[in-house]
Amino acid sequence: MNTKTARHLMVGSAVSALMLTSTAVQAQTVNLTMLVDNASHTVAISEALVAAFEADNPDISIDIETRPGGGEGDNIVKTRLATGQMTDIFWYNSGSLLQALNPAQTLIDLSDEPYMDDIADSFKQVVSVGEEIFGVPTRPAEAGGIFYNRAIYDELGLEIPLTWDAFMANNEAIAAAGHTPVIQTYRDTWTSQLFVLADFYNVLAQEPDWAERYTNNEAKYATSAIALRGFEKLAEVHDAGFLNADFGAAGYEDGLRMVVEGEGAHYPMITFAIPAISDTFGDAIENVGFFAQPGDSAEENGLTVWMPAALYIPQTTSDEEAARRFLAFVASPEGCAVQNEAVAVNGPYLINGCELPEDVAGVVRDLLPYFEEGGNNAPALEFLSPIKGPLLEQLTVEVGSGIRPPQDAAALYDQDVVRQAQQLGLDGW
Amino acid sequence: MMAMSSSATASNAPLTKRQRTSPYPTWFFLPAAIIYGVLFLFPTFSSIYFSLTRWTLFDSTFIGLDNFAQFFREPFLIQGVINTIIFALVTCTLKVVFGLGLAVLLTSDIRMRALLRSIVFFPVLVSAVGVGIAFTAMMHPTRGIINIALDLVGISGPGWLTNPALAIYSVALVEVWRGVGLATVIFIAGIMSIPQDYYEAARIDGASAWERFCYITLPLSRPATVTVIILSFIHGLRNFELVWAMTRGGPGFASDVLASVIYKQYQAGFYGLSTAGNVVLFVLIALMAIPLYIYLNRREGHQ
Repeated sequence: MNTKTARHLMVGSAVSALMLTSTAVQAQTVNLTMLVDNASHTVAISEALVAAFEADNPDISIDIETRPGGGEGDNIVKTRLATGQMTDIFWYNSGSLLQALNPAQTLIDLSDEPYMDDIADSFKQVVSVGEEIFGVPTRPAEAGGIFYNRAIYDELGLEIPLTWDAFMANNEAIAAAGHTPVIQTYRDTWTSQLFVLADFYNVLAQEPDWAERYTNNEAKYATSAIALRGFEKLAEVHDAGFLNADFGAAGYEDGLRMVVEGEGAHYPMITFAIPAISDTFGDAIENVGFFAQPGDSAEENGLTVWMPAALYIPQTTSDEEAARRFLAFVASPEGCAVQNEAVAVNGPYLINGCELPEDVAGVVRDLLPYFEEGGNNAPALEFLSPIKGPLLEQLTVEVGSGIRPPQDAAALYDQDVVRQAQQLGLDGW
Repeated sequence: MMAMSSSATASNAPLTKRQRTSPYPTWFFLPAAIIYGVLFLFPTFSSIYFSLTRWTLFDSTFIGLDNFAQFFREPFLIQGVINTIIFALVTCTLKVVFGLGLAVLLTSDIRMRALLRSIVFFPVLVSAVGVGIAFTAMMHPTRGIINIALDLVGISGPGWLTNPALAIYSVALVEVWRGVGLATVIFIAGIMSIPQDYYEAARIDGASAWERFCYITLPLSRPATVTVIILSFIHGLRNFELVWAMTRGGPGFASDVLASVIYKQYQAGFYGLSTAGNVVLFVLIALMAIPLYIYLNRREGHQ
């Protein structure tokens, strides 16, 4: 009897000793998980940031999970948030896509963090609901516009076009010289939206309150001549026969390769492509330049700006304190320095104290004047209004392939927008 | 007829008797009932409920039949329905024709029969997404192997998946390639079950191979034909993965089928609307498949 009790005691104390040591180990390292999209530059940046953060903070380790981008990724993020299965930190778009996540109910408010004073207001606006701020910028400011091949421009002695007519005249000259003037890549349907979305600076230049009226169910694409221009431009490049032969089957990566290697002269795209180009093609990035999508008047030439994706902490995070420390690191000048090391920089940072490296690529030097004093830029519509209809990319594929006239597509898009506004529960719809 | 009805009553009587004196308690149904309830009844009824709400996954607002009204107003719904029917009809017809042809070939006395049967069945085992991606590469308008091969003989091939008028047929052809193996196996089983005596008798009477096919193989493999038609028709109606892997319903909406229209609504976060679409799809398939099943089986009974 006595020996049995003694043995129980021994076993018991051994077990509790084991438990003690294991809790001690757990207190030393916090394990966090982070969900990011699977674009190669996103993964490269995330890995670099995590490695630098872990070196400074040996008590925290972060595992990176990846997910697809585009609509499929939206789906995963929404479902995981709704079911409480979200990782401790996640990477997701700012602007209208964030609004669809119902941030006030699902994400942690970061507005009390001291570093928020150093983040540009233009960014804070697109990750906020009311007074609450939910995210920190992952990247510099981005822009939508037209990448061009410098060799073709040099060969034909072309000027950067400041009006749409000048752009079409350049295309004419390029086609006459036997090159493909405009690259389109409709296998990745999202790439088809650029001519419409990147035209928004030109819309605002004419009608500064367009975004507000659009949100209030007053302005429509089909009935607003200036907003319809984006759809018309998309149709014009197709109808003039300026597109690459395989525009329906080519994808985003093909588009980048073609503009770098001179298989096509122009590729409308967002500047997040810059790290991707530099990653894949190295120094050949100097083959490409960038200009804003031109409008109807040369005096009003300006750039449509995209805000980068942000890092967010869901309310279901396992260790809020540790997650906040990582976000503070990303939002600091050290974080920017890590990014400068990891991938090619693609524009001015949105955090005070973050410096661009000396040797930025030529395509970034093309971009910077639009952001400097006296430069013209305006946010894309998705950062001024919570409403973005999900069918836009299919409709722009139709317009860009000549299947549907721009006027019809704009009218159908207006209907699509109604469903989205109702789903968001906006007033006046 | 007499024999059938008398056997029916004969088999009915002991069945009711067994039920009355069954030594097993009704509780034995419980495990099956729970599984059925959790995995089928609960999702079905909750989806009918959510189809009547505006649902964000976080909360839902009851909006009555608005989702159904919206779903039927979808500008691309009609195109989706037409494509779904085209897809089901084309794949179903071609699977019957090719499946029967291959089955006749593979039940005849040819060399390497077992190997050929495996080769025909092999595509059934490959995932539809893998097949879709491989064929998308082969159907590329300028760099795909199909158009390169056509170029060699002087034909400039079309944009199989990028021409809006062709896309849905191209996907249907790939589905036939993928699914014909299953149809063939069912037909082989049907043909093997036909007694050889009929063929011998016909041969003695001097029937040609074509006549033996028309008057023996075709009518007597009717049960197999019915199975293939119903399986491939229903499969065609609810096909999704191949269309999604190859065209995502594009270019634009040209190859959208009902399932991809619904999936895109789900992807866009219109959860209530896409649930309403699923209820509609469920009813539609039932409306088409059940009468087809009854019709084909009745014809079989008459013979």
